[in-house]
Amino acid sequence: MRLLRLISGRLLSMVGTLLVISLITYLVFVLLPGDPAQLSCGRPCTPQRLAEARAFMGYDQPWWQQYLAFLGGLFAGRTFGSGAAAVHCAAPCFGYSFQLNESVTQLIVNRIPVTFSIAIGAAVLWLILGVGAGVVSAVRRGSAMDRAAMTFSTVGVSAPSYLLGLLGILLFGFTLNMVPVNGYVALTEDPVGWLWHLVLPWCVLALIHAAIYARLTRGQMLEVLGEDYIRTARAKGLRERKVVGRHALRNVLIPVITVFGIDLGSLLGGAVITERVFSMPGLGALLLDAVGNVDLPLIVGVTLFSAFLIILANFLVDLIYNVVDPRVAR
Amino acid sequence: MTVSSTEPHLTKATRSPLLAVAGLAVSFEVDGETHQAVHDASFELHRGQVLALVGESGSGKSVTAMATLGLLPATARVSGSITLAGTELIGAEPRLLREVRGGRIGTIFQEPMTALNPVFTIGDQIAEAIRAHRPVRRAAAAAQVLELLGTVGLDDPSRVARSYPHELSGGQLQRAMISMAISCDPVLLIADEPTTALDVTVQAGILDLLRDLRKRLDMAVLLITHDMGVVADVADTVVVLRDGQIVEQATAAQLFSAPRHEYTRTLLHAVPRLPELRLAEPGTPQPPEPQPLDPTLPPPVVQLRNVVVEYPGRRRGHPVRAVDDVCLHIDQGEMVALVGESGSGKSTIGRALAGLLPTTSGTVTVAGVEVGRATRRELRNFRSQLGIVFQDPASSLNPRRTVGASIAEPLSLHTDLSPDAQRRRVDELLEAVELPSRLHDRHPHEMSGGQRQRVAIARAIALNPALLIADEPTSALDVSVQARILDLLLALQRQIGFSCLFISHDLAVVEQLADRVAVLHRGRVVEEGPVQTVLRAPRHPYTARLLAAAPVADPTRQALRREAWRQLTLASP
Repeated sequence: MRLLRLISGRLLSMVGTLLVISLITYLVFVLLPGDPAQLSCGRPCTPQRLAEARAFMGYDQPWWQQYLAFLGGLFAGRTFGSGAAAVHCAAPCFGYSFQLNESVTQLIVNRIPVTFSIAIGAAVLWLILGVGAGVVSAVRRGSAMDRAAMTFSTVGVSAPSYLLGLLGILLFGFTLNMVPVNGYVALTEDPVGWLWHLVLPWCVLALIHAAIYARLTRGQMLEVLGEDYIRTARAKGLRERKVVGRHALRNVLIPVITVFGIDLGSLLGGAVITERVFSMPGLGALLLDAVGNVDLPLIVGVTLFSAFLIILANFLVDLIYNVVDPRVAR
Repeated sequence: MTVSSTEPHLTKATRSPLLAVAGLAVSFEVDGETHQAVHDASFELHRGQVLALVGESGSGKSVTAMATLGLLPATARVSGSITLAGTELIGAEPRLLREVRGGRIGTIFQEPMTALNPVFTIGDQIAEAIRAHRPVRRAAAAAQVLELLGTVGLDDPSRVARSYPHELSGGQLQRAMISMAISCDPVLLIADEPTTALDVTVQAGILDLLRDLRKRLDMAVLLITHDMGVVADVADTVVVLRDGQIVEQATAAQLFSAPRHEYTRTLLHAVPRLPELRLAEPGTPQPPEPQPLDPTLPPPVVQLRNVVVEYPGRRRGHPVRAVDDVCLHIDQGEMVALVGESGSGKSTIGRALAGLLPTTSGTVTVAGVEVGRATRRELRNFRSQLGIVFQDPASSLNPRRTVGASIAEPLSLHTDLSPDAQRRRVDELLEAVELPSRLHDRHPHEMSGGQRQRVAIARAIALNPALLIADEPTSALDVSVQARILDLLLALQRQIGFSCLFISHDLAVVEQLADRVAVLHRGRVVEEGPVQTVLRAPRHPYTARLLAAAPVADPTRQALRREAWRQLTLASP
């Protein structure tokens, strides 16, 4: 019951946040130079054809009406033009790319498996690596292991992902010839190929993030290990493994979860650089192409979708918080 | 051990001791320097006995206890011997130490709120302690938890077991901690400042429970405390520590009646004393009447009329009334004490006086300014008439500012003294609080707790305030330091003549210091009057209970007070 009230309350505020974000994104879109109608009207572009294109795309309306039409499209779908040339964009319609002749929603859906495969695999890997390294470093503070892990994490934090990606391709792809260097194979088509294509991007992303998580976990763990309840746990005769793994870790994870939610959310919106380096057709690559082609409806749609993912991730973090930390529960 | 043979428990001394500490030395390596925390400590503890390790902060009492559990940090060097029923604990195998911890030795700590893990239920944590030592199933452990929680006098054990630490009060938590400590029938209970973080009435209950458990379970108790009243209440023998060295050990009766060592005498002397308790006949307590003000006298510096302060509650529409219809006045040059337990609203009143908190209704007038109606500018002016000293100087002084800068801050905010004049004034103030002027450029972390509190006082009186609010100014300090800070406050008050609102939970301190006292209970003033009257012959039953619960540093008198407390608690729990 309590959880239900909490969820409904959070969902409501999520919708509010999304509305604000959509408005801002749309305003930026209106203010940006570049006219989609102009781009699609072809050559020679007579004023009459331009006007027609405008009317077709709905750009002849004042901006706020365009925005309302966009919002309406999200919930009810919308139709551009009329008669035989009409294009329908089904709900939830994130807009329509006239350059690609495809609804933005469909374009995003096509790319989701790629990006989600990259992001989720990497996230699992970096959580295990980062939290594991952080815990070991904290418990064996000052040891060679701790120093090695922290040196490594400094490198990881400061290394740009394209550099790590390219080095990885060079070493494991070309020199050792262990993994394919680019492209994506669907999981449903060829699970082994899927795995082989993803191993390298996973490792690159995981290493970079694990570095941050190792530092965060280590710092948090050192603090928690100094808490009174850790002394209590030891004083009641628990094994050190249980003291660290049960009493300390649960408290350490609370702040880690917050950061994880945001990281995973933003990565699901597209690992722009990693996708480009490994030539993976994900959301990040889609966005990058859209920017290159000044495909404004696509830019707005993908941006909004990414924002939605981040907000969703935060919402999930809040829910997990309620389970992990009883003090938050009200 | 040199203990007189007239003591009854000495017959047990012929048996081998349960805990024998011999030549214990503990040192820490800090930044290449060796710091000796305990030197050559030896004492013995027998079954069924309570031995108190007494000392001020840094005396090595907690270190000794942690050495017994083998829980000192890795940087500690330990030598000597600690045996529990003949088994050597120093340098013992981790496996053996784990069996001892929680199995043969139960432990409770000072702050029950932080000593329990916030993310697990009480029941979980106690069951875990049982299952660490006994091969019992989950369900059996859960049943045992309920039984244990009942044993330590907690109502509704199943609700407590389901609760998380933040859902319970300090007293409930400490009882839960005790039930965890005794879950595996230990032969020894280590109680490290078990009641320091608790209110006196709660403390009396916990001490009563400890005494009762010791008798019922026939275990020994190693009590670590700084509070001589607590020692007088429960200890059989006392070991006094100073700077890691044992200066005296004796039976409690001997120690309090004829302390041999100079340090013990100083320590006992520094403990503020409560007057003999004279309980009035249980009659109808009279509510405090607002006295009509004499128009010929100067108006009081502080005037509270029917003040109510409410905090928004957890659920909407249920505000928490922290201060409930309080009337109070402080005359010029008068020192009025607000006494009460945690949650009684005493600090809230202090904050409302300073205009740091809006009142829900009623009026607060300080130095002619009605705080609730004052404009921003008036409030700023009014605050220059006000000095505040908080409980913990370590956190109320900015750690990155020098002492001089901290004291000078009110001067640069409210006066236009030149930097040179400011510096001279700061030196004057340092002298007034009896600190050498060379501390001017030091930072708070380079000073002791007492010195820091002196700095906080110097800052509070920098502008010659009309009113000084002192919110538990000595609660974080050792008794000997406390005595000196209280003397200083009194001297300054006489010298400068400010009015003072002294907020405290410690009745003995109040008795030493204040002219008048107001006793707060659940946001209401239940009794108010001259200190001598209220503390000697309380009329309200709550005041009587509060007084009877405060332990005094005298075993014989304490035994009488304990009996009085029991009677009062039975009469109105």
